[in-house]
Amino acid sequence: MATESAEAEVAGDSAVELPALPEGSVAAFDILKATLGDCVLGSHIKPTGDLWVRVAAEAWRQAGEVARDELGCVWFDFLSVIDWLPSPFGRDMDAEQDRIVYGAPARELEAMEHGYAGGESRLQVFARVAALPSGSNAGVAPAVILKADLPDENPAVESWISVYAGADWHEREAWEMFGVIFVGHPDLRHIYLPSEFEGNPMRKDFPLLARRVKPWPGIVDVELMPGEAETADGDGAADAVGGAE
Amino acid sequence: MNTTTREQMAYIAGQAADARLNVELETEGMTLNIGPQHPATHGTLRIVARLDGEQVIEAEPIMGYMHRGYEKLTEVRTYPQVTTLINRIDWLGSFANEVPFILAAEQLMEIEAPPRAQWIRTILFELSRIANISLFLGDMGVQLGALTPVFYAFRDREFVLNQIEAVTGGRFHPNFDRIGGLKDDLPAGWIEETREVLGKMRTFCDELEDLLMGNEIFEVRTRGIGIIPADVGLSYGLSGANIRASGVDWDIRRDNPCGLVYDELDWQVWTHPDGDSFARYWVRLQEVREATKMIEQLFDGLPSGPIMAKVPRIIKVPAGEAYVETENPLGAMGYYIVSQGELVPFRVKIRSASFNNLSIAPWLLKGVYVPDIITILASLYFILGDIDR
Repeated sequence: MATESAEAEVAGDSAVELPALPEGSVAAFDILKATLGDCVLGSHIKPTGDLWVRVAAEAWRQAGEVARDELGCVWFDFLSVIDWLPSPFGRDMDAEQDRIVYGAPARELEAMEHGYAGGESRLQVFARVAALPSGSNAGVAPAVILKADLPDENPAVESWISVYAGADWHEREAWEMFGVIFVGHPDLRHIYLPSEFEGNPMRKDFPLLARRVKPWPGIVDVELMPGEAETADGDGAADAVGGAE
Repeated sequence: MNTTTREQMAYIAGQAADARLNVELETEGMTLNIGPQHPATHGTLRIVARLDGEQVIEAEPIMGYMHRGYEKLTEVRTYPQVTTLINRIDWLGSFANEVPFILAAEQLMEIEAPPRAQWIRTILFELSRIANISLFLGDMGVQLGALTPVFYAFRDREFVLNQIEAVTGGRFHPNFDRIGGLKDDLPAGWIEETREVLGKMRTFCDELEDLLMGNEIFEVRTRGIGIIPADVGLSYGLSGANIRASGVDWDIRRDNPCGLVYDELDWQVWTHPDGDSFARYWVRLQEVREATKMIEQLFDGLPSGPIMAKVPRIIKVPAGEAYVETENPLGAMGYYIVSQGELVPFRVKIRSASFNNLSIAPWLLKGVYVPDIITILASLYFILGDIDR
């Protein structure tokens, strides 16, 4: 959703009057665009200066190298994955219990909605690297958040270990939690969970069992604020959740 | 000390190990298990060290004993409920955990806390820093066989925790920060009491400087031990005092204070060029001192006014993504929130300082001697809740 508008903002084509974008972030985007060419698929810049750039999965490692060498983002912040699949178990305060006990209607599976810089696939790897603020080696932009779409059936992407040594544990965590394979990582092993654990817990279709069988924590003691009018039939869970505006 | 010397040292150690392996009476490698329960770790961490004689060939931290799956749990909690969970990440400086999350949510909602709330947030943030780091300052002594400092630390940290408790009601888990402001104002007379406590903490720093830093054994065990060159530290994502002790002049409080009022204060970022265990201790000691000064300035300039902005009763965060990072006691901590306009976050990535800070350990422990494993790990100062999340 953000892709087109953000591109327009960067290129300055937008007809709408927008607040001036931070120069550093625009310059950083230009460098990435110039080096990676068609591999830059989308971008987004916030007025606060945060820069998102989505690159093709095959350019993932190269994007990291450009960020480190050309943008001066020498500090590795984090690397992780987002699973954009809408939870098949419903959102908000849905639980099996709510459905059975309170009779809330079952929700239909919603369409996938991607965040800043757009996206096409379910799993997206993302990482943030930052530059030092001052001194001779100050970076072009304060930081850049890179994203890359991963194929659905065999989510794999090149490892960043050769670019940022700190990516090692982050990639192990992402592999364990999302099942993303980092090609070239020497040691993809479980980091938190026991080595015989099966499944990828952070994927949206991995059920959080405790949530499936218990009502929403705190749902029973939603109190009205002083002076707030009580609704006509206001004691059910559904009212407490959605009723107050 | 730069990379080259470090590499040379590693090379020499490797050569020596090879030479030992080539003689007929070869030594047998040994695997040493440290932990999971060990006083050098705040929490449960196991370290498997493969030794050749007294030298470490390879050391591998094994964590996960405290994994609680907070990132998954946040997906089924409303935004106000999340602060209860994230309090427990770095339990020694809990209030500081709440701040970046609240700031990120406020950024998405385009709400700004009133000035008084921002100032009180900064006060409590720095108090958590003092409470957190003062324990480290004493604990480091224990790892070297000096038992006295840790008793001093526990004694004096309690004064700070009492002050935090007086405001928030919780010693360890305040759960005090709210989207749009704070739960409550400061109690009457609290500022005067806290000023006294700050004086005590400065005395505590002086005492430790006398007791530990001037101590010959302490210097021998920490100077030149566990050297982290700046470039290596940066590529591992080290932050906070760990990277400042390697001579990197970088502090998020000064360079991107977003939402906290460090701009209004007169203070200094402390760095140390050496990058060894001693430097990390020294930088943290200075930071506690600096924090006491900052809080006094915050008291002097504390504005009056409301402590809560106008926020809707049911908090729905508009769709978008935000990442806010603050300089927590342990280093840079940030929350990456993906919202899809619902009551609950769609995804929260918790970037905790200790995870990155410890990830350098396999690199750093290569070639060191067994007793140094403990001092190096202690000087990196991590909290397992902050690693396992």
